[in-house]
Amino acid sequence: MSTPTDRTTADDRPAPRGDEEAERERIVELARATGGGSTLSEPAPAPTFRDGVTAYLQRLRGGDIGSLPALLGLAVLLVLFSALRPDTFPTALNVANLLVQASSIIVLAMGLTFVLLLGDIDLSAGVAGGASASVMAIVLGQAGLPWWVGVLAGLLAGLVIGTLIGLFVARVGIPSFVVTLAFFLALQGVTLQLIGQGGTIAVRDPVVVAIANGNVPVALGWVLAAVAALGYAALSLLRWAGQRRRGLTRDNLGLVLLRVVAVAAAVLVVTAVLSENRARVPSIQLAGMPWSVPLIVVLLVLLTAVLGRTSYGRHVYAVGGNAEAARRAGISVQAIRVSVFMIGSTLAALSGIIEASRLNSVAPGSGGGNTLLLGVGAAVIGGTSLFGGRGKVVNAVIGGLVIAVIANGLGLLGQRAFVNFLVTGAVLLLAAAVDAVSRRRRTAAGR
Amino acid sequence: MTEPATAPPDAGTPLLSLRGIDKSFGAVQVLHGVDLDVRAGEVTALVGDNGAGKSTLVKCVAGIYTTDAGEYLFEGRPVSVESPRDTAQLGIEVVYQDLALCDNLDIVQNMFLGREKKKAGVLDETTMEELARQTLASLSVRTVRSVRQLVASLSGGQRQTVAIAKAVLWNSRVVLLDEPTAALGVAQTRQVLDLVRRLADNGLGVVLISHNLSDVFEVADSITALYLGRSAATVRTRDVTSSQVVELITTGRSGELGLSPATAQA
Repeated sequence: MSTPTDRTTADDRPAPRGDEEAERERIVELARATGGGSTLSEPAPAPTFRDGVTAYLQRLRGGDIGSLPALLGLAVLLVLFSALRPDTFPTALNVANLLVQASSIIVLAMGLTFVLLLGDIDLSAGVAGGASASVMAIVLGQAGLPWWVGVLAGLLAGLVIGTLIGLFVARVGIPSFVVTLAFFLALQGVTLQLIGQGGTIAVRDPVVVAIANGNVPVALGWVLAAVAALGYAALSLLRWAGQRRRGLTRDNLGLVLLRVVAVAAAVLVVTAVLSENRARVPSIQLAGMPWSVPLIVVLLVLLTAVLGRTSYGRHVYAVGGNAEAARRAGISVQAIRVSVFMIGSTLAALSGIIEASRLNSVAPGSGGGNTLLLGVGAAVIGGTSLFGGRGKVVNAVIGGLVIAVIANGLGLLGQRAFVNFLVTGAVLLLAAAVDAVSRRRRTAAGR
Repeated sequence: MTEPATAPPDAGTPLLSLRGIDKSFGAVQVLHGVDLDVRAGEVTALVGDNGAGKSTLVKCVAGIYTTDAGEYLFEGRPVSVESPRDTAQLGIEVVYQDLALCDNLDIVQNMFLGREKKKAGVLDETTMEELARQTLASLSVRTVRSVRQLVASLSGGQRQTVAIAKAVLWNSRVVLLDEPTAALGVAQTRQVLDLVRRLADNGLGVVLISHNLSDVFEVADSITALYLGRSAATVRTRDVTSSQVVELITTGRSGELGLSPATAQA
């Protein structure tokens, strides 16, 4: 680079002039081909198991802890409650109950994950679920239309609510906290008006009721479990093999296998427990996983693919990480912002429908109270950051399970409601504190 | 290290050429008939004091501002530039001072942000990672170990490298770098200047906006000095001394070079 060379422009580049010129071009070509000593021109080195573990520990130290605290907390809670209530907590009946209780929280938290990824908040998600469920109940009960019309009407109500919120936040420019606080109040009025003073609307449609109360036939449950476990294994291994073939950055095979085995074990154990007959009366057969379980798995796969494998998902993370950078990259920040509220409220509507199915009814208070806080808590406890840019859909599942286990376990211990509120509040505060502290560590570790 | 470019100052058609650019914001005229030439394979330094119009000129080149008067020539042909989209089509990329990277995404994800490669509707991570590795390797980047680390974990020099590589990825012809070494330490400044030189050696036209004259003299082939919104002078780096350039920046003229005394004082 320091030798004087002819820098002629393309327009009047002369014909090659002898050996010196040819030699120079050959060297430049060679430098380009070899990357001039950059290690990136060679395939990524195969990582050892130890490298993988070290890299993971480094990520943890750097403040990128993900859902590790939630998984540890879940394990501790399961052991604790199993030890304290060995007769009632670790039973098939209770596990099935717990999963049904967790379902609506998990779905709500999945929707909130999208909103939180942008660093926004949706305080109206709980009551949006209640309002959407009452729309569904009216379509089913008073209009007597088929179940899918009712469910679609409910989801559409959620979509409309989310679109309105998104437009107020993105176009008008009101902070999401204020917009959704206004919707939190207004939507309770809507629900009250739809249902009528003091009453509740019963939900009797057999399909809708079955979402939370019906069970998948045991054989089909096993097939679904096998598909889930094998599908995850196949995807992980194929991805790893592709990365190795093309010399790209990849995890250690041992770690990949460890994850595959862990997921398969979790799926099979839960399926086995739920396939036991859990009826209290010997004459009745009650077995199989509740329908809400495969529903959540499908949502988990679908939404994870949207966030991780599409450019839309990539843009959501980018806007949450640095909106200005996203804007300069040609991403429509406003459109992304509107879309996350649309997704959030639609999933909130689904959450409300699941809750209506579980209770067989919709009441004026549906989705009020602590519903929203449990949803936000689930997402944050699972490891989604309140500051935007970090989080996964699976965090909502793990966090939702933690919340449901706390509520369920404390209930079995015979604790009064106030203890439940206190403990859940404390856990949420703890999770938010962990989030804030790890964010500080990330800032300190960067640069 | 001063690069004695041997091509005569006016040989060949510049890759990018701005002629007589005027730009006003309301009643304030910021640019008065500014000229700028960018040649392929050369580093052109754009210097000037605060308020001389460097940033405005860069934004005119990038298509963020439309010019009030003057010609915008690309490869000798007049082109109409209305928006950053037009300049991106021509292969003109700007690396701004704040870099515009997402800390929560990794290097590959940042380099392809907004222009992701897709296969059957889903992101083609494999191709993107390969292209990112090739681009960084072609720039002889040695400081980045893995293209899958988060940008949050990178040093200032590495971030600058990623931002520049991002600009180069798109078969760009002209790259404008706004104060690329302003926030960097000695060693990292060294890496980035090497990279700037390699961009030009790879055949790109490079515009380096800088306050640091030692950086300018180290990598630039020619220097365009702005003074109060006018082109004070465009000189070959080897023809001038550092103190002459300082004079051009502060007074608009230096001996025979620069604006006429009347203009310079106006």
